Amino acid sequence: MSNFKHLINGLWKENPTLVLVLGTCPTLAVTTAAMNGLGMGAATTFVLVFSNLFIALLKNLIPDKVRIAAFVVIIASFVTIVDLVMKAFTPSLYAALGVFIPLIVVNCIILGRAEAFAQKNNAIPAILDGIGMGIGFTLALTIMGAVREILGNGSIFDIKLVSESTKTILIFILPPGAFFTYGYFIAIKNKLSENK
Amino acid sequence: MAKLESNLKNMVLSLVFISMGMSAALGYVYLLTKEPIEKANKEKEVSAVKMVLPAFDNDPVTEMKRIATIENNGKDSLTFYPAFKNGQFVGCAVKSFTEKAFSGKFTLMVGFLPDGTINKSVVLDQKETPGLGTKMKEPKFYSQFENKKFEGELKVKKDGGDIDAISAATITSRAYCDGINRAYKLFMKEFAGKANAAADSATAVQTVATNK
Repeated sequence: MSNFKHLINGLWKENPTLVLVLGTCPTLAVTTAAMNGLGMGAATTFVLVFSNLFIALLKNLIPDKVRIAAFVVIIASFVTIVDLVMKAFTPSLYAALGVFIPLIVVNCIILGRAEAFAQKNNAIPAILDGIGMGIGFTLALTIMGAVREILGNGSIFDIKLVSESTKTILIFILPPGAFFTYGYFIAIKNKLSENK
Repeated sequence: MAKLESNLKNMVLSLVFISMGMSAALGYVYLLTKEPIEKANKEKEVSAVKMVLPAFDNDPVTEMKRIATIENNGKDSLTFYPAFKNGQFVGCAVKSFTEKAFSGKFTLMVGFLPDGTINKSVVLDQKETPGLGTKMKEPKFYSQFENKKFEGELKVKKDGGDIDAISAATITSRAYCDGINRAYKLFMKEFAGKANAAADSATAVQTVATNK
């Protein structure tokens, strides 16, 4: 598979959210607004790229029987770095995403890509896979966030589309709305792929 | 390089090596970000203090003091930021909290005038549902509290009070009132009704400062 294919793999064919159905916990929890989806996606992408790179570089130094433990240490360290850096330099984004950052540790996408891809490949494809998967995740989360924000709050990226007093479909920013939106997204994705 | 065999020596060594490397990286980032984090937190608090108080010419942040709350056996404390203008006590910002919020706890800053009137209030840290509880940050809700003089307790309309709750976020609205009430009670106990609140507070502040 060429390097370019590694990059675009995560965008559509193996989109982590819509096809692999990994990392559903942050997907359902943070997509109440488009901005939250984008921020969560960006933070996850950063961790994914660096954990993929390190695991690809260290793969021969990690004996098979302790690989999961080693991966978890590497991933948790990068998450903590992201946490500290965001707290220091983007306090407002941290205020919105603070509770979800520790969730990246247990995000299956990252451990899943380490296990399924990075430990079998070299550094360059691993980075490209991380970027592709990260962007795929970010796109899915941002679009889901946008849909839920428009329907539930009448705004997008905090810009009001309707007047203050308009009644919006509140359920879409409540947890059940997350499941509805997620379900429709997977259905649409499957329908579109079927036609190809 | 061939893959390391899974024997005891290799497993222990590789885990120790990875843990040490990662700990070193973490320690380094922690040192790098320690100062900016403190600065960001402080800036947030200072701007909140400025926002809720009327015009003042002292530095409320350096003159702040902690006062134990009335309930819960005084285990918790609120932070008071007294403000003076030309030596005259003009108000006090109180960092208060509530535990009745939808997602546990949030903190808010309330500014009181010497007679107990709320000047302004602003939310500091919160984890409320985005799009619902977070509407407490919109003027439609918080402007209700501006220049509000009240006796006893603030309540939402559902509970017989006069505060319009945010639709679908009554719990958050109640919590906001709860946070303000907590600050109000303690403020009235400590500051209001005292003829010379300014002098009192100034001496109190000095005592705190010398005790440090």
